[in-house]
Amino acid sequence: MALRRISNRRSDLVKVKDSMAEAQLFSRRALVASALVLVAMLGLSARLVFLQVYNHEHYTTLSDSNRVRILPLPPTRGLIYDRNGVLLADNLSSHRLEVTPEQVEDLDAMLRELGTLVEITEQDISRFRKLSNRKPPYAGVPLRFQLSEAEVAQLAVNLHRFPGLEIKADLTRYYPLHERAAHVIGYVGRIDERELKIIDTSQYSGSTHIGKTGVEKSYEAMLHGRVGHRQVETNAQGRVLRVLESTQPVPGKNIYLTIDTRLQRMAEEALADYNGAIVAIDPRNGEILALVSMPVYDPNLFVNGISHKDFDALNQSPHRPLYNRALRGAYPPGSTIKPLVGLAGLEYGIMTAHKSTYCPGFFRLPNSEHRFRDWARGGHGWVRLDKAIYQSCDVYFYDLALKMGIDRFHAYLDQFGLGRHTGIDLDGEKNGLLPNKAWKREVHDQPWYMGETVIAGIGQGYMLTTPLQLAHSTAVLAQYGQQFKPRLLYATQEQGSDRVIPELPRSEPTVPMVSRANWDQVIRGMELVVHGRRGTARRVGKQAAYRIAGKTGTAQVFSLGQDEEYDADNLARHLHDHALFVAFAPASEPRIAIAVIAEHGGGGSSTAAPIAKQVLDAYLLELDPLYTATHENRSAG
Amino acid sequence: MRTDLLVELSTVDDANQDRGLLRRLHLDGPLLLGLMAAALLGLVVLYSAGRQNPDMLIRQGIRLGLGFVAMVVMAQFPPHFLRRWAPWIYLGGLGMLIAVLAVGEVGKGAQRWLDLGVVRFQPSEIMKVAVPMMMGWYFADKPLPPTLRAIAISSLITVIPVGLILKQPDLGTALLVGSSGGFALFLAGLSWRIMLGLGGAGLVAAPLFWSFGMRDYQRQRVLTFLDPESDPLGSGWNIIQSKIAIGSGGLYGKGWLNGTQSHLDFLPEGSTDFIFAVFAEEFGLIGLGMLLGLYFFIIARSLFMAVQAPNTFSRVLAGSLALIFFVYVFVNAGMVSGILPVVGLPLPLISYGGTSIVTIMAGFGMLMGIHSHPRPLSR
Repeated sequence: MALRRISNRRSDLVKVKDSMAEAQLFSRRALVASALVLVAMLGLSARLVFLQVYNHEHYTTLSDSNRVRILPLPPTRGLIYDRNGVLLADNLSSHRLEVTPEQVEDLDAMLRELGTLVEITEQDISRFRKLSNRKPPYAGVPLRFQLSEAEVAQLAVNLHRFPGLEIKADLTRYYPLHERAAHVIGYVGRIDERELKIIDTSQYSGSTHIGKTGVEKSYEAMLHGRVGHRQVETNAQGRVLRVLESTQPVPGKNIYLTIDTRLQRMAEEALADYNGAIVAIDPRNGEILALVSMPVYDPNLFVNGISHKDFDALNQSPHRPLYNRALRGAYPPGSTIKPLVGLAGLEYGIMTAHKSTYCPGFFRLPNSEHRFRDWARGGHGWVRLDKAIYQSCDVYFYDLALKMGIDRFHAYLDQFGLGRHTGIDLDGEKNGLLPNKAWKREVHDQPWYMGETVIAGIGQGYMLTTPLQLAHSTAVLAQYGQQFKPRLLYATQEQGSDRVIPELPRSEPTVPMVSRANWDQVIRGMELVVHGRRGTARRVGKQAAYRIAGKTGTAQVFSLGQDEEYDADNLARHLHDHALFVAFAPASEPRIAIAVIAEHGGGGSSTAAPIAKQVLDAYLLELDPLYTATHENRSAG
Repeated sequence: MRTDLLVELSTVDDANQDRGLLRRLHLDGPLLLGLMAAALLGLVVLYSAGRQNPDMLIRQGIRLGLGFVAMVVMAQFPPHFLRRWAPWIYLGGLGMLIAVLAVGEVGKGAQRWLDLGVVRFQPSEIMKVAVPMMMGWYFADKPLPPTLRAIAISSLITVIPVGLILKQPDLGTALLVGSSGGFALFLAGLSWRIMLGLGGAGLVAAPLFWSFGMRDYQRQRVLTFLDPESDPLGSGWNIIQSKIAIGSGGLYGKGWLNGTQSHLDFLPEGSTDFIFAVFAEEFGLIGLGMLLGLYFFIIARSLFMAVQAPNTFSRVLAGSLALIFFVYVFVNAGMVSGILPVVGLPLPLISYGGTSIVTIMAGFGMLMGIHSHPRPLSR
């Protein structure tokens, strides 16, 4: 109705229109359009003349006497080394069995007969059928990988009986150090259905494998390289007669990781008795020196298809070896958070380092009977910041957090990368959780309670952090706020070239500083944790050859994998608290920052700190030669 | 109802009383002949390209039959009737395009289908006629050449459905719908100066966008799109093979049923998007000349009928429909012979399958209806 009314009203305008002129305009335009159509048609004809007359012979040759095919030339995958050039991921030559469906008359009969020569499982056959549906009939489709030498010999003599069957030389990924740094390196595996949908299938037309986890996945594009191809003529049997044109593949780049394999080994051995994680970072540039998640697994199992039995064993183990705890394990940080809370208090001007708080062994909110208990039953008496850190006084931080309020608490700690991705170059990092009022409103649809602020002060309650975040925030503290993205890529190298191109540190915004003295006070407190007479980690400080600034932590259990999978035998250990320790050293010129989490390890001081000390010793006394030299000079003098 | 329309209706029957069957059915003889010739030619090639599979031929025959029915039905509607319905069809089509993005079914990796319980169909198909109708409706009572304001509004009429179709994503249909709007604007008399200006702006913007607006991998994709032969393991394979098929056909062709490339499975999609190459291989340059001539005849006749139409709505609609048909032919043939990027458009009336045959024929039906219904008494 409305439309008709409009058009009626507008029909008055028709008088303005000059129908004659408009018809002529249209006729002119239609003529121009016909001319354009004619020109386009003639252009098309010119192209056809070019193909059918001018190049006729060329195409006739291609079409008549032979067949033109495109064969992909897969690129060689880049190797992975550690920072010192220790090989972590290698390519070994191997043999695979390929079938070209087009050349096989009776596929089922052939598969049956082949089965009498070499082992071919149902799994092999179903994968083969799936793959062959995706490829043109003239393309070879892999049937078996990793043929043994005996199998190759057995097949070679019988090959003539099976037209369309080929043994292809192949490169297969091998991780020579097996479990070492498995969570960092990751592994490659056969390309699966899901990946086929997202990858550039022509780039992968010659490739059978793709990075599944770890660095193998996050640097897939770099490691894979670019496919090449050969345009060939073949005879009716598919034998190559002539190469018409070829483009060489561009091999993937070699990658050097920031990991020091020796330190990684030390760290894995130090943590061996526990499930947990260790992350060690060079605070001066964000390089990850070691990244351990315990327990580990052998990535070689995955490369050519893991057996169901092996996979179930790994996947159903209550210890969850496939889970990268360093990146994905979200733990309550416990007391390790106290130095940052103290620093926030100083920087916000809520208190000074010299102001004392009385600790009677518990804390009460105004108008409330509920007692928030200190870990020391009898209390710590009058406590200043340094003592609050080295004695890990809870009441001091209950009080401080309450005065600060959760939103300021959140804002300050957020600057250290807690509760969000650190941006490490590995997939699957968890956010952890740094709560504030808005978050609780949004997720739980509840107001924030004061008591929750109180326990946030000692890293309990909603707060969750990953070991990587703890190491990273410790590194930022060690650098007085200077911040780098944690990074595993140390350098890259073109294959066949000697030139190693180092990767540059990736700077992040510096944490704003009110007063350097505030930071000094906090770091002094952390030094006293280890070197003070009454520090919670004084036992590791006793024989230390250098100064360590650290903080112990003990987190009430909040186990990974939720509890239902733990059986009764494990129950006792399962009830133990998580042991945490964060540290950097040497305190005056930090070269390494570390976070250790031993699940159900009991106390931070008894379990986690000694583990961290072993790793720090290994690095500062044996592995980092520059520091070792100056250190020896000093002790000699 | 306006009086002139009443007059028009009353004259219809009188005028057609003593004419032949074609006139009574509102069909156009020459155009019908051209279309039938193309359809028959298509069945002949399809018989060869489809490896003499009678089932394929029957299914294609049914589709063509449906197409001719759609044409005859559409020809019965007088233009003023189409004009009144244009906005509703357009808005309905737009609604369905939005619905398809929201709840549509994914087929071959793109979201194009709307399942109505009984039938599944592509709303984007409707847009191929709905946009020209809407453009005609919009320009119908505007003074031409269009004012800047009219240009802006009519551009929106085109750009909105094109954007929705691109989102599915269906590049081929988006190209058709977009060009139909563009042609309508052109036929309505868009001034040369504006066209040159837009062209110039595009020439300036493209390299800027290339250098600053795109990431490396996006540039790579565009390059592969523009030059498929650089990716012989992907879409380039089809082009390499179709060029061999065309080239080896030579002047006279290898003869019907004698094409080797297509029969030996070297040419993928030989009966659908790449059927032009099969035709070229078997009938050679001479056959192609006749095919292109036939297509040119269909387009020229359609444009001629558009010129004779009595008012702006009919002219713009008829002209755009004629030129969409040209885009089909040119893009498909250009793609198969390797001078245009690979865009999935069929060779109209000849490629196997697709709902597009029905839409194309319905479009020609409209055209014939416009031509054969007597003009209203002059104002």
